[in-house]
Amino acid sequence: MPFLLGVSATGWAGTSDFTGILGCVQEQQQREFLSWPYLLSVRREYLMKNGDGRKGERTPLERNGHGPLNEIVLMRSLSPEIKLYKVKSPLIAKKRKAGQFVVVRLDERGERIPLTIADSDPQGGTITLVVQEVGATTKRMGMLREGDKLWDVVGPLGKPTEIENFGRVVCVGGGVGNAVVYPIAQAMKAAGNRVISIIGARTKDLLVLEEENRAVSDELFVTTDDGSYGRHGFVTDELAKVLQDGPRVDLVVAIGPAIMMKAVCDLTKNYHIPTVVSLNSIMVDATGMCGACRVEVGGKTKFVCVDGPEFDGHQVDFDLLMARLRMYLPEEQQAMEVLEQKAEAR
Amino acid sequence: MAEKKKLNLKREPIPRQDPHLRAHNFDEVALGYSVDQAKREADRCLGCKKPRCVAGCPVEVDIPGFIGRIQEGDFIGGARVIKETNSLPAICGRVCPQEDQCEKLCILAKKGAAVAIGRLERFVADYEAQHQAVEIPPRAPSTGKKVAVVGAGPAGLTVAGDLAKLGHGVTIFEALHEPGGVLIYGIPEFRLPKVIVKREVDYITSLGVELKLSFVVGQTQTVDEFLNSGYDAVFLGNGAGLPYFMNIPGENYNGVYSANEFLTRSNLMKAFQFPEYDTPIKMGRRVAVVGGGNVAMDSLRTALRLGAEKVTCVYRRSRAEMPAREEEIENAEEEGIEFKLLTNPISIQGNEQGWVKGMECVRMELGSPDESGRRRPVPIKGSEFVMDVDQVIVAIGQGANPLVAATTSGLETNKWGYIVADPLTGVTSKEGVYAGGDIVTGAATVILAMGAGRNTARAIDVYLRGKRSA
Ligand SMILES: Cc1cc2nc3c(=O)[nH]c(=O)nc-3n(C[C@H](O)[C@H](O)[C@H](O)COP(=O)(O)OP(=O)(O)OC[C@H]3O[C@@H](n4cnc5c(N)ncnc54)[C@H](O)[C@@H]3O)c2cc1C
Ligand SMILES: Cc1cc2nc3c(=O)[nH]c(=O)nc-3n(C[C@H](O)[C@H](O)[C@H](O)COP(=O)(O)OP(=O)(O)OC[C@H]3O[C@@H](n4cnc5c(N)ncnc54)[C@H](O)[C@@H]3O)c2cc1C
Ligand code: SF4
Ligand code: FES
Repeated sequence: MPFLLGVSATGWAGTSDFTGILGCVQEQQQREFLSWPYLLSVRREYLMKNGDGRKGERTPLERNGHGPLNEIVLMRSLSPEIKLYKVKSPLIAKKRKAGQFVVVRLDERGERIPLTIADSDPQGGTITLVVQEVGATTKRMGMLREGDKLWDVVGPLGKPTEIENFGRVVCVGGGVGNAVVYPIAQAMKAAGNRVISIIGARTKDLLVLEEENRAVSDELFVTTDDGSYGRHGFVTDELAKVLQDGPRVDLVVAIGPAIMMKAVCDLTKNYHIPTVVSLNSIMVDATGMCGACRVEVGGKTKFVCVDGPEFDGHQVDFDLLMARLRMYLPEEQQAMEVLEQKAEAR
Repeated sequence: MAEKKKLNLKREPIPRQDPHLRAHNFDEVALGYSVDQAKREADRCLGCKKPRCVAGCPVEVDIPGFIGRIQEGDFIGGARVIKETNSLPAICGRVCPQEDQCEKLCILAKKGAAVAIGRLERFVADYEAQHQAVEIPPRAPSTGKKVAVVGAGPAGLTVAGDLAKLGHGVTIFEALHEPGGVLIYGIPEFRLPKVIVKREVDYITSLGVELKLSFVVGQTQTVDEFLNSGYDAVFLGNGAGLPYFMNIPGENYNGVYSANEFLTRSNLMKAFQFPEYDTPIKMGRRVAVVGGGNVAMDSLRTALRLGAEKVTCVYRRSRAEMPAREEEIENAEEEGIEFKLLTNPISIQGNEQGWVKGMECVRMELGSPDESGRRRPVPIKGSEFVMDVDQVIVAIGQGANPLVAATTSGLETNKWGYIVADPLTGVTSKEGVYAGGDIVTGAATVILAMGAGRNTARAIDVYLRGKRSA
């Protein structure tokens, strides 16, 4: 549980701390009264009474952002929980290569979230982001409208994908990973590879960028977990078939939920096929300054934001990655509750 | 020396927040002198003819000069004297390790009562700001030259301000979304209120410096691109921001933070106000912080303020070797931080869900001196024990982030990745590129970074004036 604290009405720089704000605590100067469980209950009480303590309207945003940059010029729903955004960001549009990402912050109080650059238009000065609404920040992003601005867009970050003519490349995408794998498939194709794409989703409605991926692939297979579209099953089922029946595959690129990438790697290990995965660890600065994003690859600690995001999948400790992704579950839930309360109130 | 004056050996104490109260809030701990207190303290200064204190200051502030102004009641004048050599007095007065610098050499230090130079410095700087007496100097006519400054920490801000005053066009490129470097993301509010950092940044921009935030040099654009696109010179002040880990088993369990991450979440992202702010932070109940420097003290005291029940400092040498400022160690002790000295972690233990549940340590004793002159800690065999903790914060130091150097052609670095630069002029192996602050010296101090910025600005000015307009 998140506990604490100073839901200060004046904000960080103000003079008040939670002892000042939460009048009830004020008299209790002794340490034992301010112990952890006590604070927790005070915190909860405060939230019940006052909501999340945010002042005024925050979504859609306090909209002065940074000049003409970061404006959402196009927004489109690809599925009930996945949206595509075209964002004005000329420098990044010019610079970015396949496999790189940006960090986005929605407003002054926002967290920094990493999002892959799915595509870019260097002439028009825009980048494309495809975002699945999984939690409070991505949901709030989904409430924006064309013309709104993102507060910060930083990038391009991370190392680009190593693109070469490998021969036969299988690109495997799962869920929103289909958007992340798309620019890589595109670049692989442009480098002369024979590209086989396998894209999957839980159900038909959630399948995104099918046409885009088809356009850059020599062959495309679709799977859905519930059989509502394409082959009934997981992407790994289709991949097993390709590996078994087809000619030798030279490289597999797998991008999706950690569990899917793990399953792909377990499979390709048996065939000794080099496999690249793009890791989605939790990040803060994304410039190599904090270590929040660390994972273990081949027994060594690596920072996904600067050493990655792509790694040799056979060396990645996926169990550690998955455990670390669960680090803030209670806080994520709380943030969602707060967001829902707000939506109801409105 | 002014022998006639009667020696007053009573150092004026600085009012502070009550330890019981302050252990639970993020307000500044030291409250600063009142006018009377400042005058009383200033009166203790002997105004030495050959002031020893000045030699202890890395930027040679005219210490008796500014204290003399306080004695005369000219507080704003005092601030101006300091600002001749130190552009960040409100910050330095709060965070400089005075006990190792100016105050250590003060003639009264021998009697255990050095003049409280840092507190007086803080006093005049705050007084000047409160009375809105901060002067914006007239700008020199534009030279038409452009300089790119990488990093908005103390080094970068100083270079930018000085060059702008000389008429050069300056743009600062900062990776994070707020300027200030460590002053913003590292040092907590209770030690350095962010309004003060903001004030200094505002001052720099009022000089005409352009600030580009959320711009990662080496990724968004490279130094080479700057030089090819109209910048006449580049200053690298990107700091030492790479967190070191201990490389012991279990360091990647949930609940283990680098101090950088812990402090960044709390300070920059304001996670201590979650969910008012979006970024969460894990608050442990029994927290161990490994290390004995300022970064460790800041982490300890932040953990306490976030509501931890028990916060312990684990340091492998003894208290005498702790690199943190004396005042901050005392503050931490007063607030109820526990110290496990001569203790070194050997592994971190986790539960099945991958969360920290304990830390195994070994006791140490001091052996013979090592290269640093400090006695080397050696483990005592069989003294291993397990600490019951649910959060570990690693504060054992920072190194050079390779991002900038690796993307700049022809830039020489040493074996630790720091940029090789002349300590007096900041000149690097690449023409037109200068460097200073932590990225050259390794993690050091605010005043050294600022001093390097000062010197380098002068060298860059000379370079630009010699450079023919293209
Ligand atoms: C390099 C990289 C590229 C990514 N690209 C995309 C993309 O193109 N499209 C897309 O929809 N998502 C992408 N993600 C994941 C995306 O960043 C998270 O879904 C987002 O941060 C969730 O924020 P939230 O507040 O909405 O959800 P939360 O409620 O905060 O979290 C929901 C889930 O997201 C994970 N998560 C939380 N915070 C972060 C964080 N700061 N960084 C990473 N993961 C986090 C958690 O493990 C959790 O399972 C990428 C992640 C990385 C590291
Ligand atoms: C927690 C903590 C407590 C401290 N306490 C004290 C103290 O009490 N007293 C004291 O004197 N010193 C203290 N220090 C040390 C002091 O803060 C540093 O020595 C000083 O800040 C160094 O200044 P700098 O300008 O060289 O670098 P920094 O302050 O590190 O600033 C560098 C800036 O460059 C930016 N940057 C990095 N890479 C890039 C890039 N690629 N592109 C663009 N921008 C980039 C960073 O984001 C940062 O803002 C402390 C340090 C820490 C971490
Ligand atoms: S700048 Fe630091 S060292 Fe110099 S006089 Fe001020 S406090 Fe002392
Ligand atoms: S996100 Fe901070 S180091 Fe990677």
